[in-house]
Amino acid sequence: MKKTTNILFAGFGGQGILFAGKFVAYKGLLEGKHISWLPSYGPEMRGGTANCSVIVSEDPIGSPIVSKPDVLVAMNLPSLDKYENEVVPGGKIFVDSTLIERKVTRTDVDVYYIPATGLASEKGINTLANMIITGKLLKEVEELSFDNIDAPLGKVVSARHQDLLEVNKTALQLGYDY
Amino acid sequence: MGEKVLMKGNEAIAEAAIRAGCLHYFGYPITPQTEIAAYMAKRMPKVGGVFLQAESEIAAINMVLGVAAAGKRVMTSSSSPGVSLKSEGMSYISGSDVPALVVNVQRGGPGLGGIQPSQSDYFQAVKGGSHGDYKRIVLAPASVQEMASLTTKAFDLADKYSILTMILADGTMGQMMEPVELETTEPVKYEKPWATTGTKMQRKHNIVNSLYLKPEELEKKNFERFAKYKTIEENEVMYEEYLMDDAEICVVSFGITSRVAKNAIVEARAKGIKVGMIRPITLWPFPTEVLNKAADKCKAFISVEMNMGQMIEDVKLAIECKKPVHLCCRVGGMIPSPEEVLAKIEEVNEGGER
Repeated sequence: MKKTTNILFAGFGGQGILFAGKFVAYKGLLEGKHISWLPSYGPEMRGGTANCSVIVSEDPIGSPIVSKPDVLVAMNLPSLDKYENEVVPGGKIFVDSTLIERKVTRTDVDVYYIPATGLASEKGINTLANMIITGKLLKEVEELSFDNIDAPLGKVVSARHQDLLEVNKTALQLGYDY
Repeated sequence: MGEKVLMKGNEAIAEAAIRAGCLHYFGYPITPQTEIAAYMAKRMPKVGGVFLQAESEIAAINMVLGVAAAGKRVMTSSSSPGVSLKSEGMSYISGSDVPALVVNVQRGGPGLGGIQPSQSDYFQAVKGGSHGDYKRIVLAPASVQEMASLTTKAFDLADKYSILTMILADGTMGQMMEPVELETTEPVKYEKPWATTGTKMQRKHNIVNSLYLKPEELEKKNFERFAKYKTIEENEVMYEEYLMDDAEICVVSFGITSRVAKNAIVEARAKGIKVGMIRPITLWPFPTEVLNKAADKCKAFISVEMNMGQMIEDVKLAIECKKPVHLCCRVGGMIPSPEEVLAKIEEVNEGGER
């Protein structure tokens, strides 16, 4: 297992990219790890492309910027086009295959295709493709795990929307089981 | 200290300020520091404080001067272009010798520039930016934890010396989230016998002012102020040394670039290059002495910053040009990568580029 995992979540603004990153960050924090979370900000927040760097580490974190991700979550085509070649050899790429029709061309990385957006709309949880793909992430990235998901979810789902906890768990489970 | 929570740097500043007893915030929104104002708008009414979105940055800083004159803890925050607008008021605060905090979450410039992170207001923060002979204490956080703890420190220093303090952060520090432990102890209270709180007909009027028409008086004021600044220079320098024990190359960097540089230093060490870092935490007073001592051991310095080379001048002054100082920079909202910093370390180690 690597001591430091550099994760890049990328997609459209509104897909819950920052939220998914925050969940993974909080999960790491509550497990006693060092973590950092850095969003793109500015016009991206208002409907363009959005991404966030999340680092989960056994050691104190230097730069919070993930330019060479171990793990890439691509939820739209521009994100895959932009970051595919930045993933470190032996890294992992998670692709929302509902929205991205092309295949990953790299052969030195592990690729997981999950029709997250399609699954979400099938199950009537349209806004939770982000958490479906994150469920898959927790399963396949050995430095992460599916344990202790309740506490971090409770932290990232705002106090006003605690009724959405269950549906977020359902989405994570869907991705995990896919 | 309490439990560790995940917060944005901007939010950490706001919460730490409230916990430090700052119940007055005046500001005007600008990316990338708006979360400070948003947080204050939400929290201040709940703690009996004042949040006021002024009609402009100029109005906000003058409201700060007013509250500071009344002896209450007060702050404003902005980003680069907005801080320029505040600079007149900041000079008046310095000339009135009242304590206050200004936060600058820097973005690229000059002009309206961009909204991505930068450190190009270094000169403005530590060399002037406002008119007149004055200094202000400038603190440069390099983590969300420091965004909180240096805010507490900034209020204490402001009150202790009756001086304007500044947090010089950047868009990355403001936007990123990291675990932070917030202060849970009661803020230190400082006596402010000069404050304009009403005489109740029991004492002479206190006057807070920066106007001295008699040059003899104004000169005396300036001398007194600089005596105070000397005390600050002697007592309040803060810095972090990283792997400096056997270092032959010394990186100097503050804020976000010091984090990037740490990655590069770890990589360089793995390649057998003896490199370390001195990270100024106070940009004024600048850690002159430790740098000067390092110049007796190290063969070269590298200043890593997000401007065209501003702090590098202070590094050269500090080491009295005893050793070469190289610059590694990106500007305009670009952030140097660890690979770029590593390449510069390797180049300097091989004796190239002067």
